[in-house]
Amino acid sequence: MIRDPKDLKRYTASERANHWVVGISFILLGLSGLAFFHPAFFPLTQLFGGPVWTRILHPYLGVIMALAFVVMFFRFKHLNKMTPADKEWLSKVDQMVDGDDHNMPEQGKYNGGQKVMFWALAISMLLMTLSGIVIWRAWFDLPVDIVRLGAVVHAAAGAVMIGLIMVHVYAAIWVKGTIRAMWYGTVTRAWAKQHHRGWYRQVTGK
Amino acid sequence: MTNHWVDIKNADLIFVMGGNPAEAHPCGFKWAIEAKKNRKAKLVVVDPRFNRTASVADYYAPIRPGSDIAFLGGVINYLVSHDKLQHEYVKAYTNAAFLIDEGYGFEDGIFSGYNEEKRNYDKSTWKYQMGEDGFAKVDETLQDPRCVFQLMKAHYARYTPEVVQQVCGTPKDAFLKVCEYIASTAAKDKVMTSLYALGWTEHSVGSQNIRCMAMIQLLLGNMGMAGGGIGALRGHANVQGITDMCAYSQNLPGYLSAPNETDKDRTSYLEKRTPKALRPNQMNFPQNFPKWFTSLCKAWYGNAATPENGFAFDWLPKLGGPGDTLAIFHAMFEGKINGFICQGFNPLSSVPNKKKVGDALARLKWMVVIDPLATDTSEFWKPHGEFNDVKPAEIPTEVFRLPATLFAENSGTFTNSGRVIQWRWKAADGPGDAKDDTEIIAALFLRLKAMYAKDGGAFPDPILNLTWAYTQPAKPSPEELLREINGKALADVVDPKDPTKVLVKAGEQLPSFAMLRDDGSTACGNWIYCGSWSQAGNNTARRDNSDPSGLGQTLNWGFAWPVNRRILYNRASADVAGKPWDAQRTVLKWTGTAWGGNDIPDMRPNAAPEENVMPFIMTPEGVGRLFSRELMAEGPLPEHYEPFESPLDNNPMHPNNPKAKSNPAARVYKGDMEAFGTAKDFPYVATTYRLVEHFHYWTKFSQINAIMQPEQFVELGEELAKEKGIKAGDKVKIRSNRGFIKAVAVVTKRIKTLDVDGKKVHTVGIPIHYGFKGATRPGFITNTLTPFVGDANTQTPEYKAFLVNIEKA
Amino acid sequence: MALQSLDIKQRSATTTPSTQVRQTVEIAKLIDVSACIGCKACQVACSEWNDIRDEVGNCHGVYDNPMDLSAKSWTVMRYTEVEQNNKLEWLIRKDGCMHCADPGCLKACPAPGAIIQYANGIVDFHQENCIGCGYCVTGCPFNVPRISKEDSKAYKCSLCSDRVAVNQAPACVKSCPTGAIQFGSKEDMKDYAAKRVADLKERGYDQAGLYDPQGVGGTHVMYVLHHADKPDLYAGLPANPSISPLVSLWKGFAKPLATLALAGVALGSLFHYVTKGPNEVSKEIEDEIEREDALANKEEAK
Repeated sequence: MIRDPKDLKRYTASERANHWVVGISFILLGLSGLAFFHPAFFPLTQLFGGPVWTRILHPYLGVIMALAFVVMFFRFKHLNKMTPADKEWLSKVDQMVDGDDHNMPEQGKYNGGQKVMFWALAISMLLMTLSGIVIWRAWFDLPVDIVRLGAVVHAAAGAVMIGLIMVHVYAAIWVKGTIRAMWYGTVTRAWAKQHHRGWYRQVTGK
Repeated sequence: MTNHWVDIKNADLIFVMGGNPAEAHPCGFKWAIEAKKNRKAKLVVVDPRFNRTASVADYYAPIRPGSDIAFLGGVINYLVSHDKLQHEYVKAYTNAAFLIDEGYGFEDGIFSGYNEEKRNYDKSTWKYQMGEDGFAKVDETLQDPRCVFQLMKAHYARYTPEVVQQVCGTPKDAFLKVCEYIASTAAKDKVMTSLYALGWTEHSVGSQNIRCMAMIQLLLGNMGMAGGGIGALRGHANVQGITDMCAYSQNLPGYLSAPNETDKDRTSYLEKRTPKALRPNQMNFPQNFPKWFTSLCKAWYGNAATPENGFAFDWLPKLGGPGDTLAIFHAMFEGKINGFICQGFNPLSSVPNKKKVGDALARLKWMVVIDPLATDTSEFWKPHGEFNDVKPAEIPTEVFRLPATLFAENSGTFTNSGRVIQWRWKAADGPGDAKDDTEIIAALFLRLKAMYAKDGGAFPDPILNLTWAYTQPAKPSPEELLREINGKALADVVDPKDPTKVLVKAGEQLPSFAMLRDDGSTACGNWIYCGSWSQAGNNTARRDNSDPSGLGQTLNWGFAWPVNRRILYNRASADVAGKPWDAQRTVLKWTGTAWGGNDIPDMRPNAAPEENVMPFIMTPEGVGRLFSRELMAEGPLPEHYEPFESPLDNNPMHPNNPKAKSNPAARVYKGDMEAFGTAKDFPYVATTYRLVEHFHYWTKFSQINAIMQPEQFVELGEELAKEKGIKAGDKVKIRSNRGFIKAVAVVTKRIKTLDVDGKKVHTVGIPIHYGFKGATRPGFITNTLTPFVGDANTQTPEYKAFLVNIEKA
Repeated sequence: MALQSLDIKQRSATTTPSTQVRQTVEIAKLIDVSACIGCKACQVACSEWNDIRDEVGNCHGVYDNPMDLSAKSWTVMRYTEVEQNNKLEWLIRKDGCMHCADPGCLKACPAPGAIIQYANGIVDFHQENCIGCGYCVTGCPFNVPRISKEDSKAYKCSLCSDRVAVNQAPACVKSCPTGAIQFGSKEDMKDYAAKRVADLKERGYDQAGLYDPQGVGGTHVMYVLHHADKPDLYAGLPANPSISPLVSLWKGFAKPLATLALAGVALGSLFHYVTKGPNEVSKEIEDEIEREDALANKEEAK
């Protein structure tokens, strides 16, 4: 990839680092969590030094992810307010998925889909964290009914979150020129103009 | 027990009062549950507390501690007035028909012959009217106003259900319900067994509590029956054995009355103790006393005991006064005893009034403690915070601790409550320098003997002549000791009817006490244990539990004293003609030529029914005693007296006679009377007891028992707790006039506030097991609180009813 | 622990069947509450046989001690004072694992082989496979398993599977002085219970009965109760225990379904990519930017 000085800055180094702390912890959490989610994934415990280590490490990774996510949340919250344009975008999302983005309305830094993803992840993350604390026996000893609910919520929110992140990752892969935003922090002007014209205008003044 | 543990399963009614077998005897209590499961037996509990026995009972009635005689007297009145008696039995097998001396009387709580100053009775009027034939006079119609039955009936007519409620606090309907249960066993084919323990003995009227039940069982015809009798549940695994072997200074082994300083020589000693039959044809078995006593002297002094020296009678100690525990500690307290060997005994914890006991021990020059455990007593001089607040600098006593082995670390026998002697085998070596008690005593004896041999001394004979023929004199083996206790023939023992017939050859082990002789030809260390190690070997080690009768008699398991008999007075299980009252539970029957059945007959084997030999062969009258003649200290018929510390101002039975408030014949030392508290300062009744999780003051040293019940507590009812603002789990302080303890409060529905004589009476329950030594949380010694007074006959202390106050600590 | 692999009927977190070739008799322990005197011999025997000792605690104003089940107390007596039919009763129940036919702990456990159900009905924890997550606690309708603070493993009564394997009754049964704890085939235990219930009914306990709750498929520890209509009287013995719907939902079908859904998302993405192709920046815009750049360069050159 050729880096062009005219590329547009999409993420600062700090934002990127923040994202990847969350991202890496999520991957580790997903792998270790899946290991206990269904017997089919139990062998994943070997990645963490065996099942007991997996059980020990998982919640601490969760704490790291939760803290990093809180920072990220406040960084990006204001950029993810839903607007009428987002709703229009969302109503036409099937065309977008079908590969035809010609009729899509003009978008700011984030499109409606991304905003939905942001809020969905934020809610899932909140549920994951709270329910994770409830079932974290090393430190907490709560009534069994609450723990039971916690376990269900944790598993459900975990499954939802893994699904969302898969969509998130796929979207990044599918939309070419996206991933570099999280590597170098920049995107090409063409990418910006095509996918986030509103934002493009805003940063370029055109 | 007159019967035995397994026999409880044959009962129709198990009546528990003065005991708590589910907690104190959980293993034996299994048989009560068996009776419930397999015979549909009923279990009835009367106790101040709804305890763990009550938790599986069919009926429970509460009672104020120390009012048992009022309750049982009420039962006697109920049985007599409702005609719920086993008539044939009462008439033939009890002294109901015997006429009593015209001088005998009872007035306002005091029997004839009372000496207030000495606090004792001249019992000369408490006797039978004697006929010219030399036998007691009887009226078989039971109508004579001087006959025992009529005197008894009149005596207990005062114990109406209303009076029972007034004195005991037991609601009248509950009392009557219990009476109905008991009365149901007056039927010939219904049997009640009575289970009691320290809840009856540990009162100033303890012996009379038990006598009351003995009378009830006679009236119901339950003595001698399978599933009947009176079960004295002994606490320690071998306390029966200790009693049999003379733990008490008033007795020699086998309950032989020990000589005292009034017994000047063997002849007069024997004469005083050898009764004459009071009715014709009776066995009067104690007439054999000289044989038992002489054989004992021969066991102790062997060849040195000769006819010429009265079989060593002069070498036996002669007591100058009482030698019971309270008397010993009182003498020690007064500085009259200055050395003390304390073997397997923890008196600081187990004798009443810890302060007095501690002060007594502090007046010793030396004390030797022989025990497997570092007991509280062995550290009576050592400060343990407020639990044992003493100043060692002020205590001159030198204490030696000699570690002994525990029961599992040596071999020997245990005699259980049912008189079954069972050999037990050593399971492990003792720790460190621990030695068997026998080895410690042997070492002491051999040193003393050597000193006497060398230096002479005032009276060396009893020590120098003592038989000590053990293979290893320093280590007498348990086997040798049991053989010696059983006894052997020193010369050929011949049949008295046919002197040419040799029954036991010289040198052989004796088969039974029937072989004992008073001419010095037999030696026997304890006549009732004779037969335990016969020529056939160690009978206590037998382990054949076959039970052909299905009654659980198992005659080939261990050895029961006497002569392997499992049910005492078993002749009374059959009617006068020798036919069992209940054929389903045949213990004994007359086969036409001899007594047969499922036990060793408590009767001359060939005594035909026509001979009229009555079943109670250990009494000179041959029958059971409803009226105990001159044998009890405080009267021939049990009467209710208040505990020495009573919540009431007077005895409701005799409100106007202060002399009859508490047991008039109980011994009270100077200083102890003053240490009694009154209801004004100490308004609550306290009773002490044991918990299933612990055994006495031993298991507090065991980690696992400590886990099960880790900390001292007291129990109080919800009403009292509310009044005092005490909640479960609070720390409380309990005071008596002798000191205080602190413990955790258990607030319970199981102790009810009772209405007694128009007054609310609250009871506080105090378990005993804690102290400042052990694996449990350190605690106070419960006997800090208890009064220093005992039963008038046995001097067993009154641990079960006294006064306290309670407050939040 | 001492039973063989041939005796394993079911193991936790294992989706394939365990060996089915051996048929064994279903066993049960019967606790006759009406004959229990609360002596705690069973607690002691349990500690001794399993060689575990709890802490020396404190008195909390009740007879219960230790106060609760723990990693080192696998059975405890629970004492309750109640008034029934105007009569005081002191109900004493030995609490511990019920060895459910349908064990919630096993269902909830994510660690393969940490919880085993034997063909005879014993549900046993194999601590070497336990990861200490505590899910068994959430699965248990009787609140029995306890996680050790020292080693984070789960513990509970094993019904002395090591003793039963060699034809010995569990230690508590062996030590019970009154025969309140019986052990044998489940069928025999039910027959025995029927006799005890009949006896209790004769003694006026009209509602006496056997506690063998069907909500968990029956249990291999059963109670004879005087008040079978009110098991709750006995220190909160549940009237209709069943595995919490939350646990069934979570472990029953939600997880396989969620797994499938996630696989669907992954596969869907893949096929979306290969069918629709990547979403690249359009040629028009690329050209537009290039033109703009060229223009800008020119202006700059001026």
